[in-house]
Amino acid sequence: MDLEPRIPRGPIEDKWDNCKFDMKLVNPANKLKFDIIVVGSGLAGGSAAATLAELGYNVACFCYQDSPRRAHSIAAQGGINSAKNYQNDGDSVYRLFYDTVKGGDFRSREANVYRLAQMSLNIIDQCAAMGVPFAREYGGTLSNRSFGGAQVSRTFYAKGQTGQQLLLGVYSAMSRQIAAGKLKMFTRTEMLDVVVVDGRAAGIVTRNMVTGKIESFSAHAVVLATGGYGNVFYLSTNAMGCNVTAAYRAYKKGAGFANPCYTQIHPTCIPVSGDYQSKLTLMSESLRNDGRVWVPTSADDVALPASQIADDKRDYYLERKYPSFGNLVPRDIASRSAKEVCDEGRGVGPGGRGVYLDFRDSIKRLGEDAIRQRYGNLFHMYEKITNENPYRVPMRIYPAVHYTMGGLWVDYHLQSTIPGLFVLGEANFSDHGANRLGASALMQGLADGYFVIPYTMGHYLAAARPDKVSSDHPEFKKSEQAVKTRIDKLLGINGERTVDDFHRELGKIMWDNCGMARNEAGLKSAVDKIAALRVEYWENVRVLGGSDTFNQSLEKAGRVADFLEFAELMCLDAIERRESAGGHFREEYQTSEGEALRDDQNFTHAAVWEYQGDGKTPTRHVEKLVFENVKLATRSYK
Amino acid sequence: MKLKLHVWRQKGPYTPGEMVQYLAEGINEHMSFLEMLDVVNEDLISKGEEPIAFDSDCREGICGMCSMVINGRPHGPDQGTTVCQLHMRRFRDGDTIYIEPWRARAFPIIRDLVVDRSSFDKIMQAGGYVTANCGSAPDANAIPVAKERADAAFAAAACIGCGACVAACPNGAAMLFTAAKLSHLHHLPQGQPERLRRTQHMVNAMDAAGFGNCTNLYECEAACPKEIDRDVIAMMNRDYAKASFSHRD
Repeated sequence: MDLEPRIPRGPIEDKWDNCKFDMKLVNPANKLKFDIIVVGSGLAGGSAAATLAELGYNVACFCYQDSPRRAHSIAAQGGINSAKNYQNDGDSVYRLFYDTVKGGDFRSREANVYRLAQMSLNIIDQCAAMGVPFAREYGGTLSNRSFGGAQVSRTFYAKGQTGQQLLLGVYSAMSRQIAAGKLKMFTRTEMLDVVVVDGRAAGIVTRNMVTGKIESFSAHAVVLATGGYGNVFYLSTNAMGCNVTAAYRAYKKGAGFANPCYTQIHPTCIPVSGDYQSKLTLMSESLRNDGRVWVPTSADDVALPASQIADDKRDYYLERKYPSFGNLVPRDIASRSAKEVCDEGRGVGPGGRGVYLDFRDSIKRLGEDAIRQRYGNLFHMYEKITNENPYRVPMRIYPAVHYTMGGLWVDYHLQSTIPGLFVLGEANFSDHGANRLGASALMQGLADGYFVIPYTMGHYLAAARPDKVSSDHPEFKKSEQAVKTRIDKLLGINGERTVDDFHRELGKIMWDNCGMARNEAGLKSAVDKIAALRVEYWENVRVLGGSDTFNQSLEKAGRVADFLEFAELMCLDAIERRESAGGHFREEYQTSEGEALRDDQNFTHAAVWEYQGDGKTPTRHVEKLVFENVKLATRSYK
Repeated sequence: MKLKLHVWRQKGPYTPGEMVQYLAEGINEHMSFLEMLDVVNEDLISKGEEPIAFDSDCREGICGMCSMVINGRPHGPDQGTTVCQLHMRRFRDGDTIYIEPWRARAFPIIRDLVVDRSSFDKIMQAGGYVTANCGSAPDANAIPVAKERADAAFAAAACIGCGACVAACPNGAAMLFTAAKLSHLHHLPQGQPERLRRTQHMVNAMDAAGFGNCTNLYECEAACPKEIDRDVIAMMNRDYAKASFSHRD
């Protein structure tokens, strides 16, 4: 497997400029001759589709929702980072780069991260020009807030709906291109396979979710921006439809899958309330600006109402353990600390799986109105779900699966190991290492789509001069047939258990063994359990209805079938990474204080998995990560 | 809790539908309304009946995918709340609940409670954007926006495009949706150059898509889960009138 990262020449601050200069260009008239497929319409896919169409390429974009405006980027709450340094508080491109590399526990590729920090400047300009209603100061300039893992205020926001506003900006750019005839949008259409011809991505096979029609689409290049795989845990903050299918299908066609074990457990989510629960709801990290996290010092006090616990009986454990970052430590650390205090029996709420996020002091200091101004919609949402008023009683929160740093391996050009197959946003692995900092996902999605792919796509098309393969090519027919066979098989089993029932069981296996803390024995047992569950699935799942109608059970069944294979890959990766790094915490590898203990000697690399066939163990390759600018250090937020 | 449900079932766009009665058992008050339907669906599947099709995705009130009329009210009885954020504690043991899809000429039914809202996308394509190619933007702080105007733009931009306004309107009008987008852009300096042209095009697209007209009943405002203010419609009407006199394409 060729894992040449194609890092450009020169010092880190010149790399992207050098890359742009060295890349070939496609002249405007020739752009009209190229067709590009984009799968996914979130911040990464949508911005890529719109920008490539603006440049003159013929773009077809696919999403499973009924409109591109609903992609799950919309649910991002807190904000987007940019090294604008509008606050004059010491920020710079280099500092954002450094914070991101450190936040990722030194497991990301330096050159990519530096470019991301550079692009962060352009993103804010572009979004403002498109009419994104960012929060403003009275003087009319843009406002900022702080996020975890940083000591500067560099997060731009639109109340607690930043993702929504950025996505609506992207959607508006797409709408303009759709009207101009440069972008063709396929909604309620799910990608079920990637087609590779002569070693290049040639197109995709899709299912129309309304009519059930299986179709092939060919193009000169394919872009996947299909998000993360957090729903492998069944309960996560992801939308119901988020899935790994597109990325996993690409993996099965030869794309390397990097670091699947890196998942982010977000510290501030509303705790689970029962078995019926279909998803978990995030409370934005921005709340940690003004909310203080605590549990009772003594396990005897957990049943008391918060108001009856005096200040000296409260343990503000993040402020105590990490005085310099306090409540704004990175997510992996905040999550693990919450688990720790709950494991000690000091958790609050039903089942003892919760900690307080308390606004009492900020309300006293700033007034209820100021807090409402900043977080009104989040407080409203919290009250809706829990029936508790967070202006009066502290919120109860607990960590939940939120984001996946792992993804398809890409080089500096965002190209996977399959030439012509590019991967953007959460679906790739490139920028966040073993842990993503808050407000960086939106930044990465937009950097990839608005500012990176328009250049690197041109270079691919100009340098490789790929031919467009007809969608009648035997490879397309073969893929279509495989897709149909699989659907018929799922519909034909007619067993005893529902798809959700299997999914829930898979989720529990993953949460228990491949969640916030992992160990070798647990992971190995998970591999066996997953394999057994998969066998049962294909014998005992019940999917009703037909293949040629709108059939939500069938859609879910295909996605869960892929999760049942992918989950095993995650566990394998977690077993082989014999160190703790960021979101991957192996109990065997920790410091005496219980912090993650990296093994830089043996694991300063991205692990990239190559599919070897069903039932065979995939091969693990490595891309060595070279740090020329940042010195590897123990991450400290104390 | 035990509930009696009457749910609209319709196999496809061209087959007639009907209300079908179901019993929802083992429901608890912490469930969301959609989780209650999940439980009913699991039960239906185990009995060999096809589950009730309904749209939902983020289940945190922001994607705008979920869409159903509950006891005659789009998104159900709670003010400013999407159906995914509606919880069963709002109901009482033994209640009878009627569940129907959005009903409007411009939203044809796909199946059961799922409708086709692509007409909204068409309105957006007619002008719901600022023409600003990627790469051409000046520094974000070069264009100051007064906080009050930015806040007003945001209040309108909070629209999630769910279609409740249309479902609530006896005329099936999309005035609140269209006007919200216009109000968002027209409170900002970035939206000014295309203001009249945009208004004219989006209103025309709205009419062409088969949406009805406004007769000032404000059912839309009452149903809107994001509580968009009906004043946005007045702004749109003023701009449309202005555009009709001064702007020709």
